[in-house]
Amino acid sequence: MSALDAGAALPRRGPDILPALTPLAVALIAAPFIGSLSTFVTLTAAGLAMGMLIFTMASGLTLVFGMMDVLNFGHGAFIALGAYAATLVLLPLASWSASDSLGLNLAVFVLAIVVAALICGVFGWVFERLIVKPVYGQHLKQILATIGGSIIAEQLLYAVFGPAQIPLALPKTFEGSFVFGQAAIEKYRLLATCIGLIVFAGEMLVLNRTRIGLLIRAGVENREMVEALGYRVDRLFVAVFMAGSALGGLGGAMMALYRGQVHATIGGEFLVLCFIVIIIGGLGSVGGSFVASILVALIANYAGFLAPKLALVSNILAMVAVLLWRPRGLYPVSGR
Amino acid sequence: MNLLSGDPPRGRALQAILVLVILALVLAPFLFPGAKALNVAAKTCVMILLVASYDLLLGYTGIVSFAHVMFFGVGAYGVGLALYGLGAGWGALVVGLICAAALSLALALAIGLFSLRVQSIFFAMVTLAVAYAFNVLASQLSWLTGGEDGRSFKVPEVLQPGFRLVEGRVFGVAINGKILTYYFVLVVVAAAFLVLLRVVNSPFGRVLQAIRENPFRAEALGYRTVFHRTLATCISALGATLAGALSALWLRYVGPDTALSFSIQVDVLVMVVVGGMGSLYGAILGAALFVFAESYLQDAMGALSRLTADASLPLLPALFHPDRWLLWLGFAFVLAVYFAPTGIVGALKADEAKAN
Repeated sequence: MSALDAGAALPRRGPDILPALTPLAVALIAAPFIGSLSTFVTLTAAGLAMGMLIFTMASGLTLVFGMMDVLNFGHGAFIALGAYAATLVLLPLASWSASDSLGLNLAVFVLAIVVAALICGVFGWVFERLIVKPVYGQHLKQILATIGGSIIAEQLLYAVFGPAQIPLALPKTFEGSFVFGQAAIEKYRLLATCIGLIVFAGEMLVLNRTRIGLLIRAGVENREMVEALGYRVDRLFVAVFMAGSALGGLGGAMMALYRGQVHATIGGEFLVLCFIVIIIGGLGSVGGSFVASILVALIANYAGFLAPKLALVSNILAMVAVLLWRPRGLYPVSGR
Repeated sequence: MNLLSGDPPRGRALQAILVLVILALVLAPFLFPGAKALNVAAKTCVMILLVASYDLLLGYTGIVSFAHVMFFGVGAYGVGLALYGLGAGWGALVVGLICAAALSLALALAIGLFSLRVQSIFFAMVTLAVAYAFNVLASQLSWLTGGEDGRSFKVPEVLQPGFRLVEGRVFGVAINGKILTYYFVLVVVAAAFLVLLRVVNSPFGRVLQAIRENPFRAEALGYRTVFHRTLATCISALGATLAGALSALWLRYVGPDTALSFSIQVDVLVMVVVGGMGSLYGAILGAALFVFAESYLQDAMGALSRLTADASLPLLPALFHPDRWLLWLGFAFVLAVYFAPTGIVGALKADEAKAN
């Protein structure tokens, strides 16, 4: 039997769908305890939307870790920067958000998140060159350097934008909720879900269906070989870092809009959540972090309704439970 | 020599600076009268212990933990709540300390065994998450911890400010309970520091350094790395717990801001790295420099800020604003990580080596 035949004879493993079903399982288990259908629908929809927001932020972090083996503790700074960047658009164009026209509202929203992503991408490049580049391959120094970078970034944000909270109003069309029977679903949450799904689809398409994604995945597997074939892997990786930062900024801007105010502490707060999500999902796995985001947000929402005190530590408990089941996360990335 | 476990600070400059700092701390109540100066000195002492115990993890074992401030908080809350609930006696103090130490040990064991089997990077993230949850828990369980407001409590009578050890004044200073507390803190910190010095210079400490340099080789030589790392985590957690207890005793107050806030963790990181990783003496220098900068640099920055504002330069007044002092320490931190991983201690040693 030749080598080729042997390869063909290997049984193809089907996709591992068990972890992807965990959010569904959680929802089914929680449903009888919640009782009322409308409350359940409201909680689930809110959880899904929150999951999408978290995913947008966490996917940037997991992308950078999975591709470049860099754990960026400065990711929180990009989340905060994105939030502040959104104010640069939304405050001067306040009349657009206050108008009744859906077109103007949508335009100002899209402009705000695009500007946030662009600014964060540019600063991601600066951050990579100045902070991360000298310490590739050294985990301990990476952690220290990126923390130092995030201290500086946070202080600079305070210096430029001032230490006070900045209030931020949602565009008028996205305020309020749709009501289906007894269940209410906030409009902005629907929008956030759409953006999150677009981001997820975009990432999966780029990574799995394009030449750039192919090169990135090849560069992760064997960097020297790809370089020997004449590709500039370092430039590719800078681009990945910029994309990761931009995603963090995008998520930060959307989260700030959802909360209605901007403050630099948003960075540290969601950095912790992002870490929990990417640990649960499996370090470096985009699909894993997608499932994990939904799982974490759903559990937090159900727990918040059923046992408010428990909700404070529900994220940690979820993480422990998942790691006891799968020690390397839901979708472990080989070689990491 | 035996007291220092055969590991005295090397280099003239380092010795001179250390002697200066220690003399200043020992004589602080007499040299620098006033409440602020004594507060600065006490905070420096507490931070020295906190930073030294953190250095055991970061500098000697090569593990990044973000839960160190959690153990600090356990110590502070343990003593604080015991004195609050059981009344101001030495018995309550001991009970609180023992409970806090037991809780710290249990937490450190759990975190260590759970996450030290995998990469160190994993440990960093897990400790961050656990510390964050603990912080939220402490501020939400207000029936126990007093929530965001924290708890003020009375300390044993000898340590209360109203207490007088001797009538009259010694070298022009009234020996009251506050000064006794200061010396209590100082003596405990000094003793704990010497114990830590003993630990890092023991065979166990050598194994930790071997693990830091090359975990695979250490394992191949037959040392169980998980066991050593977990034990190091536990010892360092106990050090932090003690520091927290002393801090609560000094402040006569415990709350999330003074005992559990994440900014303390960042401060400790800065102190270790700037002082010098992998040398306990770095903890003394780092803590002294940091607390001094925190307390007095702000005045200088305020002056600089006004100066640049008068010259109507753009942005600079905001950068030199007294609240932005952490920005400049952040720069120092990043530069230290790149160019001087052994911090001030390393720089002083290198000078000495060149001179010889």
